[in-house]
Amino acid sequence: MFTQLPLTILLLPLLAFILLIFFGKRLPRQGDWLAAGLMTLTLLLSLFLLLFKLNAYPGESISSSFDWVVVGSQTIGFGIMIDNLAAVMLVVVTLVSTLVHYFSMGYMKDDVRYSRYFAYLGLFSFSMLGIVLTNNILLMYVFWELVGISSYLLIGHWYEKKSASNAANKAFIVNRVGDFGMFIGIMILFLSFSTFTFEAIFESISAGQLPFGSEGWLTAAGILIFCGAVGKSAQFPLHVWLPDAMEGPTPVSALIHAATMVAAGVYLVARVFPMLTADALLVIAYIGAITALIAATIAITQFDIKKVLAYSTISQLGYMIMALGVGAYTAGFMHLVTHAAFKAGLFLGAGSVIFGMHAALHKLHDHDTDAQDIRNMGGLKSRMPATYWTFLIFTLAISGIPLTSGFLSKDEILAGTLAFSTLNGHWLLPLIGFLVAGLTAFYMFRLLILTFHGKPVNEKMIEGVTESPKVMTIPLMILAALSLFFFYSFNPFGASSGWFYSAIERPLSMVPELMQPAAYPVFYEAVSSVHSFAMLLSILIAGAGVLMALAVYQWKKVSADDLAKRAGVLYSGSVNKWYFDEIYDTVFVNGSHVIMKMLRWFDENIIDGIVNGSAVITLIFSKVSGWIDTNIVDGLVNGTASTANKAGGLLSHIQTGKVQTYLVYVIFSFLVLFVLFL
Amino acid sequence: MDVLMIQSFAEPGLTHFLIVSAILFSLGIMAVLSRRNTIMVLMGVELILNSANINFIAFSRFTELSLDGQMIGLFVIIIAAAEAAVALAIVLNVYNRFKTINLDEISLLKG
Repeated sequence: MFTQLPLTILLLPLLAFILLIFFGKRLPRQGDWLAAGLMTLTLLLSLFLLLFKLNAYPGESISSSFDWVVVGSQTIGFGIMIDNLAAVMLVVVTLVSTLVHYFSMGYMKDDVRYSRYFAYLGLFSFSMLGIVLTNNILLMYVFWELVGISSYLLIGHWYEKKSASNAANKAFIVNRVGDFGMFIGIMILFLSFSTFTFEAIFESISAGQLPFGSEGWLTAAGILIFCGAVGKSAQFPLHVWLPDAMEGPTPVSALIHAATMVAAGVYLVARVFPMLTADALLVIAYIGAITALIAATIAITQFDIKKVLAYSTISQLGYMIMALGVGAYTAGFMHLVTHAAFKAGLFLGAGSVIFGMHAALHKLHDHDTDAQDIRNMGGLKSRMPATYWTFLIFTLAISGIPLTSGFLSKDEILAGTLAFSTLNGHWLLPLIGFLVAGLTAFYMFRLLILTFHGKPVNEKMIEGVTESPKVMTIPLMILAALSLFFFYSFNPFGASSGWFYSAIERPLSMVPELMQPAAYPVFYEAVSSVHSFAMLLSILIAGAGVLMALAVYQWKKVSADDLAKRAGVLYSGSVNKWYFDEIYDTVFVNGSHVIMKMLRWFDENIIDGIVNGSAVITLIFSKVSGWIDTNIVDGLVNGTASTANKAGGLLSHIQTGKVQTYLVYVIFSFLVLFVLFL
Repeated sequence: MDVLMIQSFAEPGLTHFLIVSAILFSLGIMAVLSRRNTIMVLMGVELILNSANINFIAFSRFTELSLDGQMIGLFVIIIAAAEAAVALAIVLNVYNRFKTINLDEISLLKG
């Protein structure tokens, strides 16, 4: 039951990928029905699995595995683990993936690589489900890279566009930085415990075994593994790839860059939560907070509808990471789930708007106007009612307005940070949390108002905008329904009584006592004592943000330009995304250029110098040896020859060639000998 | 000196033969060394050979060596004949090659 079913869930999207990549073009309608159908089946199976798990085995974590690699005494397993976390995540992934499949049928219609697009969606779903299901951190790393590559493929779907292929490269390379840290973390764990399975690692740690015998290494391993999450979940300082990833098709942004893949980092942190020390968690919390703040401040001033959503995604991911860091485990994961619904909805809504804008601009033969720029929109409310109303619900949810799912989870996160600060005195975390809540409400309503309300910028174009087809609006409606509170808790003002809180409980920390974060009962008590205050404050702040947005953009009481001028440096910083791209360009790109130039100089002068120098030395040496050869050796040879020659010349004088002369010599010498010897 | 002269008139002894032989040898050497004509040189060689023959026979006659000297004399005559044949053949070839038998002009081996 808990082996075959998850395996089926895992392999169905892979089947879709294989069928579509090989036979996609030959199938009727390029096989989109096949991909969507298989994905729907996966969704139903996942739902069944979740319900079955929650009812039959509510508190257990069930895993099964077989030996995958056996090297000597070392075995690496290929295993599946189903706990409540994984079961919930399964449903989130398959649900969003299924809805995106259907939405894409409308959005990607007539695309040049229609079947390949669906094939890649299948590949992505497979890899993402792999991350969710595995019981083993090495396999998770493998699937982690697989989602990376499918994200790369989908961002670069329109690779004819230079910006799209660049964005795909950027996403891949920036992720590589984080993955590198994660890999080192995995290796530290493997070296110390010689196992990759989560359970075995946690057991070793709780048995008092530490990596290299020191608590510092455990913290380091936790932070290094978190580096992987920093890359995938676009946390500061590796958040720069996500806004660029919006070059991909919008449904892809909804699936990968809003709901699932970027949440994989959060899922990873939740998975390894028991081994994280208090120090590591503090780092995680601050990284999350910084990310949330930076992204929210940038989102305020962006004009591209997808860029605003991208920065809001980064900001919300920061929230989740921060929640896990402060120990509000359930709240963080719940925010992942609720965020997946409403952010996927926001992206699909944006996709619907862009789709309508594109069609209208196309009819006018206007190819210069940017279909994604909210300054070119306005007044779309009456033209696209279904999109508008669902978008409104998503906006309310992300802003944390009561009766929505976003309110439930965000409220719990804010209460968590507040409780954390009362326990540890880190007051900056709740401060940032509440500030970002206000900013979120402000920029989301700014987006909503500029897109749908007010007067249209271009009357002629607006007339051409029509509501998107049913295949696109129905997924929006489903997601809108899922953004309401009752799916998560029947009490609209507190999630802790809902099924979600009882299903997802914060796991016990396995690290040595001294390094543990505040124990759950203590933390829970702190949360309960500040909960009402946090809720009130968060409603007030969100309301203030909404009112601000209405005042500036709807009623035009305050001029936005005026505000921008007042803000001065802050405004230009925000518009330019706090110059992160420029800083990275200067520091890393130019830095590596400088290093390369230095290396080139080194090559040209030192290495080449050595080579050329040795050549020169050889040349000199051979000249000397050549001189010795021609003068001394040849001289000897020639000297011998010429000596012989001269001697011969001298002697040749007695060789007259006349027989009689020789005879004279003979007789003369005979006489001499005669006289001498006789 | 006187004794020698008296004896020599009375009966030719070994000394006379040796004197004749020496004269003959000297004449041969003279001919070999001074004549320009190859044929003349060959004839000088014959003289030298014959002076040697006289010596052999004289020693054979005036000592206890029985007929050994005559034997060798016969050998010498035979060898002289063979030598003359070979030498004349060489001279003929030399003449064919150089169109001369003047020894002074045949000096290709001059160093």
